[in-house]
Amino acid sequence: MSDQAEPETLVTEDMILRQGRWGSERDSPPVSESDIRKWAIAVYWPETPPPVFWDAVYAATTRWGTIIAPPDFNPFAWPIVTEKPKVATKAASSGEVKARKLRGMNGGQVDTYGVPMRPGDVITARNRLRDWDERQTRLGHTLFTYSETEWHNQQGELVKRRVSTAILY
Amino acid sequence: MANNVYFEDVSIGDKLPEWSRKTDFMNWNRYAAVNDEFVYIHMDDEAGRKGLNEQGAFGMGNLRYAYIVNALQAWIGDEAQVREIGCQFRAINQKNDVLTVVGTVTAKEVSDGEHRIMLDIDVLNQKGEPTCPGHAVLSVPSRLS
Repeated sequence: MSDQAEPETLVTEDMILRQGRWGSERDSPPVSESDIRKWAIAVYWPETPPPVFWDAVYAATTRWGTIIAPPDFNPFAWPIVTEKPKVATKAASSGEVKARKLRGMNGGQVDTYGVPMRPGDVITARNRLRDWDERQTRLGHTLFTYSETEWHNQQGELVKRRVSTAILY
Repeated sequence: MANNVYFEDVSIGDKLPEWSRKTDFMNWNRYAAVNDEFVYIHMDDEAGRKGLNEQGAFGMGNLRYAYIVNALQAWIGDEAQVREIGCQFRAINQKNDVLTVVGTVTAKEVSDGEHRIMLDIDVLNQKGEPTCPGHAVLSVPSRLS
């Protein structure tokens, strides 16, 4: 077998060990009205964002009864200490695959939304390597990994579930 | 209250009202500030060219995602909810691009006690080129409940 030969699998033992196991949890700082307002201004710039994101009097008249955050709001921005959660998302970490440097691409994401985030919420995040799929593509032997991240609020309600696809070849 | 869309009033094939934004550093810098997304390829033309984009710095995929959310929310109003968005970042967007979120209703169903509308979505640039194909699921009010 030459050095150019493709491996039979890009799946590592590390991935198999970690599949489906949730990593460490982390909490966001409490969400503030000001965080939400600034987020909304940024994503709607240069237009004024909808009042449900910044006007408490208006928001009280909606089904939510309070200001809510846009679904894409990120309560984990600006951490004091940048720390990546302990979870397997990289394919090439051990064994035969380690001998060959893999290239990677963002394969997209699917976000499912539960309850909206509100001022005062503390969001807890956890993630895991959910599963993977291998097949031949125009890139050669290609590994698709699916990582899952969940956000829950302090009542344990699901806020968001993201399944991200990474493409390694 | 703002109920913009009722389940019964939506038909398969209906178009999402288009939502557009011309983007440049004024948009990107504000987004970087709130999302702590200070990445050289989005801030500096030289870094963008080193990242193999001849035109220099380019826009964030996350901001394009936000525009999808905005377009959907603008259509359904404050009382309805975005339930799901899936997308792939197939192409980058350049400085001064005019991005337009488009969508077409592909299905309707009642599930989990909700009235849901499914759409195919995308973000087109001013040339009509797709940059972010995907889908969305919306939960909207019903006139019958």
